[in-house]
Amino acid sequence: ALFVSENENILAIHRKITAAFEPFDYESKNMVDVREIGTIMYSLDCFPTQLDIREFIAEVRGVFMFTLFIHKLTNHDYVNEKLLATPSQLTCLPQMYENEQKGFLKPEELTKLMMEEGEPFTQEEMDEMLTVHTNRKENVIYYDKLINKLTADAPK
Amino acid sequence: MPLRHVPDVPFCCFSAIRAALLIQRWYRQYVARLEMRRRCTWNIFQSIEYAGEQDQIKLYHFFGFLMDHFTPASSERNLISHIFRENEVCRDADWERYFCYKDIEVPDSYCGPHLTFPMTFCGVSKLMEAFKLKQQLHARYVLQILGETWRLLRILPNINHVSVCHTKEITICGDLHGQLEDLLLIFYKNGLPSCEKPYVFNGDFVDRGKNSLEILLILFGFLLVYPNEVHLNRGNHEDHIVNLRYGFTKEVLGKYRVHGKKILKLLQKIFSWLPLATVINHKVLVVHGGISDSTDLDMVARMDRHRYVSVLRPPKAIRPTLNGNKAGSGKDEDASGPAEGRRRRVRSLTNTSAPGQRNNIPRRSLHNLPTGGAQLNCSVEDELKERRRLAGFDQTYREVKTLDSDSDPEFGEPTETHGHEWKQIVNLLWSDPMPQNGCISNEVRGGGCYWGPDVTEEVLGKHNLQLLIRSHECKQDGYEFCHNRRVLTIFSASNYYEVGSNRGYQASRTCRELTLRQRSTRSALRALRQQLFVHKSDLVGAFQEFDPNNTGVISLRHWATATERVLKLGLPWRVLRPQLINRAQHGMVDYQQWIRELSITDIMETMYKNHSNLETIFRIIDTDHSGLISFEEFRQTWKLLSSHLKMEISDKAITDLAQSMDFNKDGSIDINEFMEAFRLVDLSTHA
Repeated sequence: ALFVSENENILAIHRKITAAFEPFDYESKNMVDVREIGTIMYSLDCFPTQLDIREFIAEVRGVFMFTLFIHKLTNHDYVNEKLLATPSQLTCLPQMYENEQKGFLKPEELTKLMMEEGEPFTQEEMDEMLTVHTNRKENVIYYDKLINKLTADAPK
Repeated sequence: MPLRHVPDVPFCCFSAIRAALLIQRWYRQYVARLEMRRRCTWNIFQSIEYAGEQDQIKLYHFFGFLMDHFTPASSERNLISHIFRENEVCRDADWERYFCYKDIEVPDSYCGPHLTFPMTFCGVSKLMEAFKLKQQLHARYVLQILGETWRLLRILPNINHVSVCHTKEITICGDLHGQLEDLLLIFYKNGLPSCEKPYVFNGDFVDRGKNSLEILLILFGFLLVYPNEVHLNRGNHEDHIVNLRYGFTKEVLGKYRVHGKKILKLLQKIFSWLPLATVINHKVLVVHGGISDSTDLDMVARMDRHRYVSVLRPPKAIRPTLNGNKAGSGKDEDASGPAEGRRRRVRSLTNTSAPGQRNNIPRRSLHNLPTGGAQLNCSVEDELKERRRLAGFDQTYREVKTLDSDSDPEFGEPTETHGHEWKQIVNLLWSDPMPQNGCISNEVRGGGCYWGPDVTEEVLGKHNLQLLIRSHECKQDGYEFCHNRRVLTIFSASNYYEVGSNRGYQASRTCRELTLRQRSTRSALRALRQQLFVHKSDLVGAFQEFDPNNTGVISLRHWATATERVLKLGLPWRVLRPQLINRAQHGMVDYQQWIRELSITDIMETMYKNHSNLETIFRIIDTDHSGLISFEEFRQTWKLLSSHLKMEISDKAITDLAQSMDFNKDGSIDINEFMEAFRLVDLSTHA
């Protein structure tokens, strides 16, 4: 689940989770808003599905206690191995698009893909991705640039 | 070109879904990582720059509180005396002995740099190379350097007077804060100090960064080699009490487990001997913080600056005495004596007008200040004023009656003058400029004042100066002029000053690329939040236009439009949105709550203050800097803190905690282990 090596003991895991938890614990009550759970889990290098996150949240009401958080994270595997791609695998993806030789996607294409397939993006997520990653002059998204950014400081 | 989504070719379908899933998953992870980083750095920055500074007040009041509640009968007496008992009054000869490094042997296994004295340029170079390689200088050499530095500083005047001839430049370096890479970068870009390359280092060499000691050693090294060309000004962080809180003490003790305490003690003395200001060519005043309407450079030049080891404690703080024969020794050789207290008038840390006036400072003026980010909401500001009033030292002195008095024969009765002098120093080291005329106390920092352009004119005029160069505040571009270009704030290092033109000076900056950009982003965000807060009623009005049914929420699109309409900054609000709004659900934002959250100092404070205060207090209790305290000390400290903070915590809880912290069961508690587990305690008491 969490990317910890065998040598790291429980105290280290504890600290890791605590560090991820803290910035969202605005009132220092060891509680975070459930809407932040996804972010916290991702930042701990877990790859939960949206369903995972919803289920996680469904188990508590409103705010999420730190101890419960640790308990769940250390006892549940939030990585679906089949879907965990390495960066190299990601770069093979464009081949299914007609524009593959040119190495880019038009915003409409990316939008359709992201918002209709898999675990669809919200409009906000889509807007954000497009705003940040679209090449302004040509109004396209260069695929390898995008992938590089996403995987730049990925775990392992 | 649309994706080929042909139903009777399952492989394509599967690939499309898989592709989407992968990208989505990775993207969400990426965003989360960014968010986390932003959140962390933002919080840290905020808490340091805001809550930290305000917290200084609270720490200061905690001292006051401790002294208020000291009674001879209470069992806490010993503890407090223990805390406040200062160094024995030492003659210089004693200090020489204390500085002695000769007994310390450098083992053969030591692979760091070896130094010879007197210090040479070669020696300093060796030192820098070694630090680049992350080596550590042996304690013997550290003590030698410190000893030599102390001997040199003692003969320097309070105000360095520097003459730079027409063809020369002088480099003025702002806050370094323990960041060795920055210092090395400055040397790389500007050149090393030398006879042809004079430097002024304008304070705040230590704390926050993790190479404070290395920076000091390099600066002291250059000072020893080029005493006429290298000038050091004292900053507000050259203060052992501030160091307890902001990391320098910890750094030294961590790096030098055996000799750390001694090194810290010597540094206390050295800090008190650092000059307070530098004047270049009789025209430019360089000082760390700034000035006040009472700044009198002649008084500053005359005083015994080394009396003021820490400006967080006024010179004649009443000292509870053990057996009445420590002469209520103030800091080191400082005289003290409650007799003086009975005679004395108001001594407060900030530059204040009469108490009545203080309470009438309109909130607006603080909020419009570009510096110090006074985003105080009502209750915090009121609380500050109340505490100021309650724990202002004037009342403390008057109330404490139970103390023995034995004034130090060597220094005579402390006088009114010492209070004035002390205030001069506080103002020099802690003040910030403000755009409006006047001079008011600096509530945000808890020390010094805010001074206006009229004060600049007056003080510069009085002393026939043309320009004031100071640091102490983070500036987005690394530097900023104000007060009709009469005041220059340098935060990043390296402005150089060139004599020659009619105006007599020219300043320009060099780049500290990466750190500067980091600082810029943070500073920019901070400035932005300030702007948002300052315009909050206009913003709420604009939001309400999009919310005719008064639901309290509006869409993000409307939020962006309204904000731009009010602020007219032409910013990409969409992109900034994640850094400005914490919670947006389904594309809607609760704008009332958002506005409330802009005045977040309460929350930030709560988040970090207990941590730092507790650690600082622990380190104070641990007077021998051993890193360990006894159960009893632990228990008493915790009780004091909890009553000060009005927390409820039972004796049993404290005892249980103490015992659980004592891993090796030897009856003492390691401070570091305790701090790690602090959060767990909080959870159980609030459960």
